[in-house]
Amino acid sequence: MLADFFQYDFLRYTFLTGLLIGIIAPLLGTFIVVRRLSLIADALSHVTLAGISFALMLQKLLVISFSPLLGGMIFSVIGSILIERLRSVYKAYQEIAIPIILSGGVGLSVIFIALANGFNNDLFNYLFGSVSAVSKNDFLMIVTISIFVVFIVTILYKELFTLSFDEEHATISGLHSKSIHLIFIVLTALVIAASIRIVGVLLVSALMTLPVAAAMRMAKGFKQMIGLSILFGELAVVIGLISGYYLNIPPGGTIVLVSILILLISIGLKRFKIS
Amino acid sequence: MEKPVVSMNNVSYAYEKKIVLDQIDFEIPKGSFMGLIGPNGGGKTTLIKLLLGLLKPDEGTIKIYGEPISRFKGRSKIGFVSQKANSFNRGFPATVFEVVSTGLTAKIGYFKFMNKKHKEKILQAIDQVGMSEYTYQNIGNLSGGQQQRVFIARALVSDPELLILDEPTVGIDYENVKRFYDLLHQLHEKRNITLLLVTHDTGTMTEHATDIVCLNKTLHFHGKPEEYRSLSEMELSNFYGHPVNIVKHNH
Repeated sequence: MLADFFQYDFLRYTFLTGLLIGIIAPLLGTFIVVRRLSLIADALSHVTLAGISFALMLQKLLVISFSPLLGGMIFSVIGSILIERLRSVYKAYQEIAIPIILSGGVGLSVIFIALANGFNNDLFNYLFGSVSAVSKNDFLMIVTISIFVVFIVTILYKELFTLSFDEEHATISGLHSKSIHLIFIVLTALVIAASIRIVGVLLVSALMTLPVAAAMRMAKGFKQMIGLSILFGELAVVIGLISGYYLNIPPGGTIVLVSILILLISIGLKRFKIS
Repeated sequence: MEKPVVSMNNVSYAYEKKIVLDQIDFEIPKGSFMGLIGPNGGGKTTLIKLLLGLLKPDEGTIKIYGEPISRFKGRSKIGFVSQKANSFNRGFPATVFEVVSTGLTAKIGYFKFMNKKHKEKILQAIDQVGMSEYTYQNIGNLSGGQQQRVFIARALVSDPELLILDEPTVGIDYENVKRFYDLLHQLHEKRNITLLLVTHDTGTMTEHATDIVCLNKTLHFHGKPEEYRSLSEMELSNFYGHPVNIVKHNH
């Protein structure tokens, strides 16, 4: 079944990209879920869409080549910084930042799409993911992002964990909580931009949260939870990509459904164990 | 004379326009076990937040080891235990070991990894609070009293010289409260840790503390437990603003 994925260059890039985001999305997802920031991933993915539409608009109107992935990344990172700003403005209602940024992202996307008089099916690929969309340049950029994200999370692991467990205590003990949090949110923005080619804008937050939700129910300790989340993430991506390709369905849909299946099995197992 | 661990000089603090602390002057001498009591809304938690650097005083100065708090660098010398046993996220998937390790994060420093020595320290701290058999259990599966001990281990692991505890026994059953005080007593006697304990439980506390401070916007009393116990009900009522029944615990 895998033969096609190794025979054709574009499928190979897609497959390898899938393996990479199967690691980095659940890796950051673990911290996102325990900090109850799951919706931030959704807000950022919609801002990324604005960046992608912006790049596509430039391509169509000015006929200059501007990588949609790069556009999405820039918008996503700016969006992440804006969310943090808003969260410190509305200290008592921090979640208000999410609808503001999310609707802002969709609003901008609509305007860019209209200005460009609509796009071809490219946009559809960005919304739901695609098995044939990863170019060599995209792939190299995603490899770079992945190495960067894994490196930063490794060297800041104990700080990120301390902050996630108890923010007040982290601050009291002298950690620079705000700076660490900002780095974390920027990393999240990068991972979302990297994942969009495969899972799509609308479903990227699922890959960051569903494997974690399943792992959470059975893990002993935080490190084990990260390990299990990545395992579930990889399973979902591999099964989702292959079945999506053969069934001719955008992989975003199949990846999310496999993730939900894993989640249901984990809930079932836990029930079974208890009773 | 040795410098006091904490000295507050003429400290005032107000939320918006409501004055919570009014010209507070007091010191925590090294090696003391200070009990801080007072009615709800009397400014106890605000005082702790000022000491921890989470709030800045409107007026006055706070010094830690003679150093103004804004310039004080040795944050790991101060351990803090809050009412976390009641309020923390029970579902958080972290083992006791992992939770206690967060007490060392700042001390180890950025871009450095935990080594063998750190791991031994963590195990030691867990042992000290009598939680060794739960080292690799998820914290969410423990009882409130056990969790509180884990949070004390987290505060102890960085070898603090001052340990601040904010109503740590709220919501913990009588048996565990007793164990808790035994543990504090041990830390105070054997490790010579200076303690500041905020509590409602004046009965048990006055049996262990070396100094008592009563706070209700201003400092109402600062002295030894014997002196506190000899206060008349009248004086206590004045302080709390309502009649007080003293409950004596018999052990």
